[in-house]
Amino acid sequence: MSISREDVEYVAALARLELTEQETQEYTEQLNSILGYAAMLERLDTTDVLPTAHAVPLHNVLREDQVRPSINHEKALKNAPDEEEGFFRVPKISLT
Amino acid sequence: MESVSIGKSVSELHELLVHKDISSTELTKAYIDRIQAVDPDLQAYLTVLEDEAMTQAAEVDQKIAQGEALKPLEGIPMALKDNMCTEGIRTSCASKMLENFVPPYNATVTNRLRAAGTILLGKLNMDEFAMGSSTENSYFTKTRNPWNLECVPGGSSGGSAVAVAGDEAAFTLGSDTGGSIRQPAAFCGVVGMKPTYGAVSRLGLIAFASSLDQIGPFTKTVRDNALVMNAIAGYDALDSTSVPYETPDYTKFLVNDIKGLKIGIPREYFGDGIDPDVAKGIKAGIQTLIDLGAEVAECSLPHTEYAIPAYYLIATAEASSNLARYDGVRYGYRADSDDVLGMFKKTRAEGFGQEVKRRIMLGTYALSSGYYDAYYLKAQKVRTLIKQDFDKAFEKFDVLLSPTAPTPAFKFGEKSADPLAMYLSDITTVPINLAGIPAISIPAGFVNGLPIGMQLMGKAFGEGALYRVAYTFEQNTNYHSLKPNLSGEVLTCGSR
Repeated sequence: MSISREDVEYVAALARLELTEQETQEYTEQLNSILGYAAMLERLDTTDVLPTAHAVPLHNVLREDQVRPSINHEKALKNAPDEEEGFFRVPKISLT
Repeated sequence: MESVSIGKSVSELHELLVHKDISSTELTKAYIDRIQAVDPDLQAYLTVLEDEAMTQAAEVDQKIAQGEALKPLEGIPMALKDNMCTEGIRTSCASKMLENFVPPYNATVTNRLRAAGTILLGKLNMDEFAMGSSTENSYFTKTRNPWNLECVPGGSSGGSAVAVAGDEAAFTLGSDTGGSIRQPAAFCGVVGMKPTYGAVSRLGLIAFASSLDQIGPFTKTVRDNALVMNAIAGYDALDSTSVPYETPDYTKFLVNDIKGLKIGIPREYFGDGIDPDVAKGIKAGIQTLIDLGAEVAECSLPHTEYAIPAYYLIATAEASSNLARYDGVRYGYRADSDDVLGMFKKTRAEGFGQEVKRRIMLGTYALSSGYYDAYYLKAQKVRTLIKQDFDKAFEKFDVLLSPTAPTPAFKFGEKSADPLAMYLSDITTVPINLAGIPAISIPAGFVNGLPIGMQLMGKAFGEGALYRVAYTFEQNTNYHSLKPNLSGEVLTCGSR
């Protein structure tokens, strides 16, 4: 299957990336080349194969629900690009 | 001072410190001087911590003065790849996105190396967010290969490999998602270990692909590598993928004897795309191991050719999810915009470099509705087949052996225009990450004056067998003792 310019624009919107015209063209070309190569996976019959998400599977990693020290407010906000009264400050959220 | 101490192994430096032939302060100053002398050419460091390092060294010297016993890494100057969090010290991931990010906490490896008494010299250059095979994707600078300044050091942990090869640190840590420790180790002629997935805590390692990322050491010698693993490996309750197992003393595997050890040679790792001179060099290394008593036979890992597409689908899918956090709200770069959605899009457009954006695009596509089964799920199933190939091979063999990389270091710009060509250069390393097993790269010769690496692969938590083979090979060859000078000429250790 080949990737159209519209596909690239759609994926960029999903990924919250603003692309330039040049990037849109380049990524269309490059994603086609990379996914064209990946098409070789179709040659393998994987009907009865289970997927591997982690090579060393661990199950139900649990701990006691105890209060432990964590990063304080001041430290947590220290890298904020903008803050106000202990909150992260962002531009207005428009419903479009 | 430089001629006395710089260039020695960690274990040699430890002896010098124990016998008071040198103080940690003198040693640390010698490394700082060395960095100032050669890093303008090599560009391995993004941050040098002279004052902090000298303060830490003075504390160690005080302990020595009080007659306290020194731990194996105590007072030893080292450096970390700039994707491992260091409290109060910028951790940039070589990205504009994190150019001014100062972590509020330490990675577990940072804490463990501090507890071991090491001296942190600074933070090292890398491909942005560890995405790349040449360190050319750093936002800040191009790190150069000490064996030939016109060549790349490999990547993504290029700075970590160069700092050890160029004597700018006694050891370093890197991270390996698809070869990012082993390939630069091979390109720069040093020892680099990617441990079993789950052996070293990932807490505070800025995530690229969470099911594949693993931290490991770069060192001059195999012994040093085992010593650093002793300090960093082991269960961490704060990393839910950390495996609860009893860490061995890795140095107990350092025996100069491989008689009867079964070594498999996967034929797919010597096929198309492997430079014939590299294959020849590695085959000479295999003969050395046969002469030393190893039982060597050819074997097959039949799904190897599928590893590249499976890897690049899985790694980018995980990356697209992990990197969603960089939205300009809580930390990192923020672009100005009137509304929040515009702010997200512009922040990510301006904060990420080309390769990172390309991988986010690829990964988002592979996970998107309608393509998930065809790409991501298919890749995970192929991952199972690749893992089963290794399981079968390890029923017969203790260790598998291959070239670490298909070629020696390539020139700047040679592959950066074609992403697919760059991805294909990872064919000998990515299957190991998909299977989660350990692998080490050790110096195994030279092609056109550039180092080549031999890769040894082991069973999950079988680092010991790798150290045994690597140590035996090292004790019976001299490749590890050859050093670059900055004109690219090969010199022996004593001729400097």
